[in-house]
Amino acid sequence: MNKAVILVIDDEAQIRKLLEIALQSNDYTVNQASNAKDGVILAANHPPDMIILDLGLPDEDGHSVLKKLREWYTNPIIILSVQSDEEDIIKALDNGANDYLVKPFRTGELLARIRSTLRTALSEEANPVINCKDLQIDLAARTIKKKNELVKLTATEYHLLTLFVKNEGKVLTHHYLLREVWGPGFINQSQYLRVFIAQLRKKIENDPNRPEFIVTESGVGYRFVNGE
Amino acid sequence: MKFSTGNIKVSVQYIISFTIVCLAAFIGYIISDFAGYKVVAYILLVTVSLLSMFLDIAPVLLAAFLSALIWDFFFIPPRFTLQVKTTEDALMLMMYFIIALVNAVLTYKIRQVQKIAREKEEKNNTVKLYNTLLNSLSHELRTPISTIIGATDTLQNNSAKLTPENRFELIGEISKASFRLNQQVGNLLNMSRLESGFIEPKNDWCDINELVYDVVKTVEENKITQKISININPEIPLFKLDEGMLEQIIYNLLNNATQYTPADTKIDVIAMGYADVLQIIIEDNGNGFPEDEIKNVFHKFYRLKGAQAGGTGLGLSIVKGYAEAMGGTVRLENIRPKGARFTIEIPAKTSYLKNLKNE
Repeated sequence: MNKAVILVIDDEAQIRKLLEIALQSNDYTVNQASNAKDGVILAANHPPDMIILDLGLPDEDGHSVLKKLREWYTNPIIILSVQSDEEDIIKALDNGANDYLVKPFRTGELLARIRSTLRTALSEEANPVINCKDLQIDLAARTIKKKNELVKLTATEYHLLTLFVKNEGKVLTHHYLLREVWGPGFINQSQYLRVFIAQLRKKIENDPNRPEFIVTESGVGYRFVNGE
Repeated sequence: MKFSTGNIKVSVQYIISFTIVCLAAFIGYIISDFAGYKVVAYILLVTVSLLSMFLDIAPVLLAAFLSALIWDFFFIPPRFTLQVKTTEDALMLMMYFIIALVNAVLTYKIRQVQKIAREKEEKNNTVKLYNTLLNSLSHELRTPISTIIGATDTLQNNSAKLTPENRFELIGEISKASFRLNQQVGNLLNMSRLESGFIEPKNDWCDINELVYDVVKTVEENKITQKISININPEIPLFKLDEGMLEQIIYNLLNNATQYTPADTKIDVIAMGYADVLQIIIEDNGNGFPEDEIKNVFHKFYRLKGAQAGGTGLGLSIVKGYAEAMGGTVRLENIRPKGARFTIEIPAKTSYLKNLKNE
């Protein structure tokens, strides 16, 4: 089996070392760059399966590096940042990042994100039937089953759920969801999103107050988690 | 007596000075018929003295000159001339002028001295606050750093002598210390955000239910020994407020409760909404707070007398800062039979869209 290649672009040698150990011991091949320029060149010469990009690079603003990479690079990009500012995170996600982690982070959390991001990226020609624990979603037949019982969703709820399922593991921002489901005129009407997320959770979660599938990313958006 | 610092604009001060002297002269003019012109001099002197308590030196000097002139022109016989007939009147006019001047200058000087004393006191307070910060900081940051350095040293140098249990324990200590360090830095960042004065709530619609459960989940991940129960009316509307700030408020209060109450204490989180006010109550049946210290707990760097180590005295002041940044309040009281209750009230727009039929 081919090892997935991950390129780490971070100026902090300690973080690179930490990631190298953590990733290699989990059977990934690690390439490293300590600044934006080297990172972009390395990515072009040896296109990796995934890039882990730090936003605070010495030679260029991380957001512009991300935009530059996204002009041609289509594999997943995970953002690392010391900025826990929500606006910064939302900007990165809107610029095409697949996921983000705020430093300090737990390596276990990072590895879980890497696994789910790579899995979503590899299964592009998606199977129309998706099983998550006791939840079964059939995109072809447009049916949802919870514990083998048919769940009735409204058109909006169904639309929301399919967006989540197709982007499993990826954080979907409030603006993205509002634009996709309700249209560009609704991106500031977050009350709709709140209401429909709550309703959807009531129908598909075992305990809507402690959701397993639709997880809140505070201040940023929501993420669909396929319970591993 | 409190001396005003004179925040009034200088041009306005001249107008005030002029008007009041004229007014006093007018009163003097009315009573001069039966009280004599010497009484008028006293009235004018008192007026100048009073003015010197509130105005800057230049407008007061104006009052002194103007009143001397008015007294001479309108009251010293022969009236309505600047002439002074008798030597006695000339002496009196001169003395009047000197008294008015000395009066003005002396009062002004007293105010200057007071101002300097006040500035010095403010500076002392800042230094005191700064020292408290440094003490608290160096302790709170150095303790976990020492733990990390010590534990890694032991792991590196005495590796052969350590049992697997020892090693596991040391790694656990490093992990705990880093967590604590991270939390202290987070508190400091929050505090400096508040102190900068640039903090503006970013209001958006919040599902209070979702928010509270999320925060409680985060707190419970710290392996707490207390039991947290949540009580929220399912019909609570959406509130438009700053999600991040509210999360921080609830997190800090719960974190405080879990750190300073004994194991098996019951902590309740209650959220209610009424008439555009969100009320959140966090109460426990722990030991409560000493009554005489309740008024201080929200002060920056304040720590209860005899409090255990660990904590910067910032958590609750951040709670207060964020609540106030959103236009709200926080208060603390002891409850019966025992325990403490924090009540947060935040005014915010509500939306009952939730109860609409959806499609």
